[in-house]
Parts: sequence; structure tokens; C-alpha cells
Amino acid sequence: MAFLPPVSSVTSVEPNCMVRNEWICGEYLRSRSADLTEALVQHIWITVVSVLIGLVIAFPLALLARRYRKLEWFVVGTTTALYTIPSLALFSLLLPFTGLEPSTVIVGLVLYSLTILVRNILEGLKAVPEEVRESALGMGYGRARLLFGVELPLALPSVMAGLRVATVSTVALTTVGSIIDYGGLGNLLYQAVNNQFRPQVLTASVLCVLLAVAFDLLLVGAQWLMTPWTRTRAA
Amino acid sequence: MADDTVDPDEGSLIVDLLQGVIAWFQDPANWQGEDGVWNRLVEHLLLTITATTVAVAIGLPLAIWLGHIGRGGLLAVNISNVGRAVPTFAVLLLLSIGPVGADRLGPYGRAGLATLLALVLFALPPIITNAYVGMREVDRDTVEAARGMGMQGGQLLRQVEIPLAFPLIVAGVRLAVVQVWATATIAALVAGPGLGRIITLGFRRQDTVEVVSGALVVAFIALMLEASMVFLQWLLDPVGRARRTTRAHEADQTPEPIMP
Repeated sequence: MAFLPPVSSVTSVEPNCMVRNEWICGEYLRSRSADLTEALVQHIWITVVSVLIGLVIAFPLALLARRYRKLEWFVVGTTTALYTIPSLALFSLLLPFTGLEPSTVIVGLVLYSLTILVRNILEGLKAVPEEVRESALGMGYGRARLLFGVELPLALPSVMAGLRVATVSTVALTTVGSIIDYGGLGNLLYQAVNNQFRPQVLTASVLCVLLAVAFDLLLVGAQWLMTPWTRTRAA
Repeated sequence: MADDTVDPDEGSLIVDLLQGVIAWFQDPANWQGEDGVWNRLVEHLLLTITATTVAVAIGLPLAIWLGHIGRGGLLAVNISNVGRAVPTFAVLLLLSIGPVGADRLGPYGRAGLATLLALVLFALPPIITNAYVGMREVDRDTVEAARGMGMQGGQLLRQVEIPLAFPLIVAGVRLAVVQVWATATIAALVAGPGLGRIITLGFRRQDTVEVVSGALVVAFIALMLEASMVFLQWLLDPVGRARRTTRAHEADQTPEPIMP
């Protein structure tokens, strides 16, 4: 009797695909669209908030690491070490401090995204040719204008590559947040561990992958819009 | 991470937690039995070793051969991107309530086969991508020179390409081992085997001390594993060690890992 789906679906006379526990089930999509939307919305905001905070923290860290060589080793080393800690363990270690709140998941995801973001921002900035930097300084550019007007735009492809990897990974990792009930689509997966509800597992899994692909395409599009010079050069 | 100001409540919370965790580790009951640390540790290690071995046996020959003939680059590189987008948890769950089932598998515990399969799938991308990139990054002039000296396919592979690609091939295996260790933790979410079970058990009992103790075991061994794999990589590769002193940027070629 492990295959009993939740009660609400048993009301119909004809056993529908939810009762039969079929993987692909239109009835499930129709009757649970509210649950699905709620999980999807939670998944999206947790992902977006985590990656944005990650970006905001990674940027000054990368600048610091570039400025002071000794810090680079420390920053890159620490963020890499964090990366080896399994997500379930990291969320659990954060739990006593952040509680059963979305912040536990978000702090964990931010820490993971830092590894990728710091490394890519740093690499992008380092790859800016010294001549370019010198000519900008020669033209009277100040530090800030050099950074935002010259270095960052040139580092953008590397930064965006990092952002894409971080975002796609964060979408996948958010599911583990279901352990404290803030895992977006992962919550639907976690429910299904006990009720073995197949349409829910397949739908949530597919939505998760689609979400990752959608974010990736969005970022590719954003990069295309932000770097018009790479297109004119190619043409 | 930590606030500048730690209020007294939070301060005592940390002290209480630490004392609880120390007591937890001192209690022999937490080490014995099916839910004990020893049993879960053995399951976790067995899963990691078996899955990585299978993935190496499948992935390495394939990637080295593809790299040797210079085909399938798109597949080899994109497989990592795909691996990143698919949540481990979803794959595990799909396997365990699907055709594979959640039955016990000998020493691997409940849902052992589903967990093993999922872990093999997750170990393959880093192994394949790194080995392929390593093979392709072997200096073409060197390969041409070896050909000019009369080296045949197999000889070229054994004596030139594989030794030169060795650092990246081993880097991929190292990444796979650490990633599999991390992923095996998630098996607990589907009531599978491994150390993650201590964490989920703690959650069910609402026992923060147990949750944190379990997480500490997993995290500590993950760090140890990473450190020992770095050491092993260094030990196995005298050529790379000599080269690294002159080419410090070598490590940067390693593709980004998949989040644990």
C-alpha cells in the first residue's frame, strides 16, 4: 500500500492517473498547479537572492584578493575548502544559528556560490591586458573609473561565465533545502519520499531542470546585450 | 558570516551546543548499531569507493579514447554542464521510487542500488571532462614529433599523451571522489545509506546536537578526503610536480566542480 496517493485525488469515480500513480499525469498538473506554482516561486526567489548576495560579497573579495597577493591565497583557499563540505552538512551546521528559516538555506547557497564567483571575477580582472590599464591611466582615468569603465567590462565574459555556473548549480542545490522545508521544488520531492507519488517527483524534477536552463538562457541573453562590442568585432 | 556583536543568548547557545556535541561523541551508543557512526561511515566509504571505481572504469577509457582520436569534444565538455543542472536529490528519488527500487543491497544498505547508480552518474562528468580536456591540451607539436619519430597509436597514447595529460586526469578523479562523498550524504533524503542518515535522524528527533554532530563528521571527513586526495595527486605525479614550479597556473585549467 505504499503507492497510496494523497487523499484529495481519490474523490473521482474513474481511477485517474493520480490514483494509478503514473509518472506522467495531466490531472496532477491541473489539480496541483497552485502547489507547483508556490514551490516554483519559492525556488526562484531563494535562488535569485542567494546568487545576488553571493555576487555582492564576491566582488569586493575578488578586488581585495587582487590587490593583496597574500589574501588571494587565503580567499581562494577558504572558498574552495567550503566547497568540499556537503550541502546537507552545511545547512545542518548553520541551523543552530539561523534557525528553521529561509536564511539557513540562503547563507549556505551564498557560501557555495562564492567559490565560483570569486574565482571567475578574479580571473576576469587578471586577464585585462596591462597595456589597456596603462593607457586608461595615461588618459587620466581615476581608480574607480578605470575599474567600472574599463576593467569590469573587459572582465565581463569571465564574470558572466561564473555567474551562469553559480546560478545553475544553485538551482539544483536549492532542492536540498527541503530538509528545513525551504527547498522550493525540493519540498515536493521530499514529500514524495514517503508517499512515493510519482507524478509529483517527475514534475518537480523536470521543472527544476527547466528552471536551470531558463536562468542560463536569461544570463546568456543578458551577456549578449551587455557586450555589444564582442558582436561588432566578430562581424 | 559571524556578527560583530554576539548577544549573550547566542553566546551561551554556542557553548551549550559545543558541550552537547562533545557529550554526543563520547557516548558509545552513538557509535554502535545500524544508525551508529561506524556503520554509516562504512556504508558511506563503500558507496564512495564503489561508485568512483565504476565511474573510472567506464569514464576514463572513453574520455582517453575520445581525446586520442579528437572526437566527441562537445559531448565531453557539455556533460559537466548537464550534470550541474540536474539535482542529485531528484535523480536519487526518481531511481529509488522508479524501476530500481529502494530495496536493501548487501552492505550498501537501504536503496543501495539506487544510490550507487546516482553516484556513478554524478562521478562521470568530472572524470570524462577532465580526462578529455587533459588529452586535448597535450601539446600538438609534441604529438606530431612523436609521430614523426615513428610512434604508433597505442605507443603514442601510452608514452606521450597519457603521461602529459596525467595531472588533469587525476584532477578529475580527485574531484569525482570528493563530489561522490558529498553526494552520498544526500542519499539520506531518500532514507538511503550513509552518514547523512545521522543528520536526518537528528532532524526527525528534533535533536540539534545530533544534527550538528552528524554534520561535523561528514564535513570533517570531506575535508580530510580532499586533503589526502591532493596529497595523493602530488605523490602520483612527479612530472607535474616538477612542472608546476615553472607553470604555476596549471591548476586553473581544472573545470569548476559541481556544487556538493
